[in-house]
Amino acid sequence: MSDITIAERQAGDVTILDLSGKVTIGEGSVALRNTIRRLLGEGKNKILMNLAGVGYIDSSGIGELVSSFTAVNKEGGTLKLLKLTQKIQDLLAITKLLTVFDVFDEEAEALASFE
Amino acid sequence: MAEKEEFTFPSRFESVEEAALRTEDFARKFGFGDDFISAVDIAVRESVANAVKHGNKLDESKPVEVSLTCSGDWLELTVRDHGPGFSHEDIPDPTEPENLLKASGRGIMFMRTFMDEVEWSNHPSGGMMVKMRKKQ
Repeated sequence: MSDITIAERQAGDVTILDLSGKVTIGEGSVALRNTIRRLLGEGKNKILMNLAGVGYIDSSGIGELVSSFTAVNKEGGTLKLLKLTQKIQDLLAITKLLTVFDVFDEEAEALASFE
Repeated sequence: MAEKEEFTFPSRFESVEEAALRTEDFARKFGFGDDFISAVDIAVRESVANAVKHGNKLDESKPVEVSLTCSGDWLELTVRDHGPGFSHEDIPDPTEPENLLKASGRGIMFMRTFMDEVEWSNHPSGGMMVKMRKKQ
């Protein structure tokens, strides 16, 4: 059984992914990769990833966030992050990825940024 | 006097979680605090994941050996695989602009960040061993 749950909802043309559980090496990372791949296949390339429910992410999971970001960019889309836990924020700061991702605390503000 | 526990795990991803749980139990037994355990947790997960994936290449016949030692305020963790080894100096700095968007290469940085001392060596009987220490 996977350690990650990915719920999907639509707000206009933005797809919001509510992640919960662990984004780690193995199934967690693969599940995220498959979801992003499917969305891009469906032409959904404005993606907001809500990480509020992610209790743990490892370097492999962070790598998957980066791969998702570049895959979406390649399709002319945008991937942004919402509601980082302190732990995830720390890891993204250490890896200097806060300079790469657009990060928001409020969903409404994040959605408005796609317009 | 130092207290030591040793574990052997098969080379599969589930072993990462098992090793993390054993390490947390060990650290709690000796009274290490939450922040300390949280930092060690990252290091053990990254090092065991490296051993499983890059060292033993998911070959379940090759074990990952973990030893935990508590000595005073220090916790020492060693993780050994049975792979061909690698040079950690060859892993590029993931924070350099040209590497920022690479999917891998951050695990070793996390180990160095969250532990006080990290050193790699070739085990005399084969495989790669990483020894990490952290002081409470």
